[in-house]
Amino acid sequence: MAHGPALLTAAVGGDRRALARLLTGIENEDPHVRELLPQIFAASRGAHLVGITGPPGAGKSTLVTALTREYRKRGRRVGIVAVDPSSPYTGGAIMGDRIRMMEHAADRNIFMRSMASRGELGGIAAATWLVAASLDAAGYDPVLVETVGAGQAELEVARLAETTVVVEVPEMGDEIQAIKAGLLEVADVVTVNKADRPGAERSAGQLRAMLAGAGGRFAAPPPILLTIATTGEGVAPLVDAIEADRTRARSPDQARVRARNQLLRAVIERSRRRVEGHVEWDSTVNEIAEHRIDPITAADRLLDT
Amino acid sequence: MTAGAGEERAAPIRVLIAKPGLDGHDRGAKVLARGLRDEGFEVIYTGLRQTPEMIADAAEQEDVDVVGLSILSGAHMTLLPRIVETIRSRKMDDVLIAAGGIIPDADIAPLKEAGIAEIFGPGTRIGDIARYFREHARTRT
Repeated sequence: MAHGPALLTAAVGGDRRALARLLTGIENEDPHVRELLPQIFAASRGAHLVGITGPPGAGKSTLVTALTREYRKRGRRVGIVAVDPSSPYTGGAIMGDRIRMMEHAADRNIFMRSMASRGELGGIAAATWLVAASLDAAGYDPVLVETVGAGQAELEVARLAETTVVVEVPEMGDEIQAIKAGLLEVADVVTVNKADRPGAERSAGQLRAMLAGAGGRFAAPPPILLTIATTGEGVAPLVDAIEADRTRARSPDQARVRARNQLLRAVIERSRRRVEGHVEWDSTVNEIAEHRIDPITAADRLLDT
Repeated sequence: MTAGAGEERAAPIRVLIAKPGLDGHDRGAKVLARGLRDEGFEVIYTGLRQTPEMIADAAEQEDVDVVGLSILSGAHMTLLPRIVETIRSRKMDDVLIAAGGIIPDADIAPLKEAGIAEIFGPGTRIGDIARYFREHARTRT
């Protein structure tokens, strides 16, 4: 198996196994792959990076399958990154998103990769973005990134996408209200999935009312659609809405917002690595534990030396 | 989850759990998937009725270290060697392929001959499977 630049050349040239290896290297923060990042970045073909998020059970995987079917109908090659949470206790994960992708199993114009989040503080957002960038470089467009909208790390992933689709379900009641605020904040397109259930229209109406008066980020509220992912109903209009958002997402202002998020994530992650490797890390931790120094002064000291 | 100064964090082992063939019983596969997650593995579960091509495709895209095949249909002598062949034909030479399910003792030797590294029958403890995978999965370079 090739390494270094040859691996990247093979991966973007259509060698699926090389691409898979490259993605593993990104996930595992392989130093050889780290050296390739400038080239991966430069090899971008401008794929539309679409985040799909929503509460557990909203039908995200099924919707991604339906979206993939629609994009394939339109002659597009589809990259998929499905992110599932790692257990905070064991670090293990179960990733079942392929189950619903079975109809696409033999299609060589689709590349799907499952990723475990590997802990809130791990660089999942950065790694996911780089995996998506690699699929872009290999000629997949769009790249769909599916996450559980349950935690901060997953929200971060959504925030790095160009277009974020939030998947809701009808009548989930009060328990969902809390999630909505955080999730809807990152929505560029909202779909009420499982729209064959009672109350779908009303839920869509409520969401519209909620977002219309919100101002700020919602000066132009995101479109709210209805889908039934299992039958494919409403999926073509959803793809239209995602495609329409591409223009907005590509404006210089939006590109800067996204770049700022990417840079901030990278700075936070890299400073964390740097100070954790600092020779005075352990002694500083002890000093704080013994109340001899406050954490903020200690942090400044570690960052300045 | 904080690694100490300069400490290397080993990447989790990635395992594909697949159900080839036509039987619709995946309780064992699901129990194994959960058990392996609790042992710290990253488990990709593909669901029922997978053809050898589908399994090889998934193993390739997911770049797994181990493929675990659960089969109860009795078609193991046909399906398992074909799966090994399909995976190896994609140049995945270093992927560990193991199987579990209802497999008569007499079939074990020929299956190993065909490239199935190990066979875990009913009643095998998940801890033993986990240990086997840790000891025999490829080491990443």
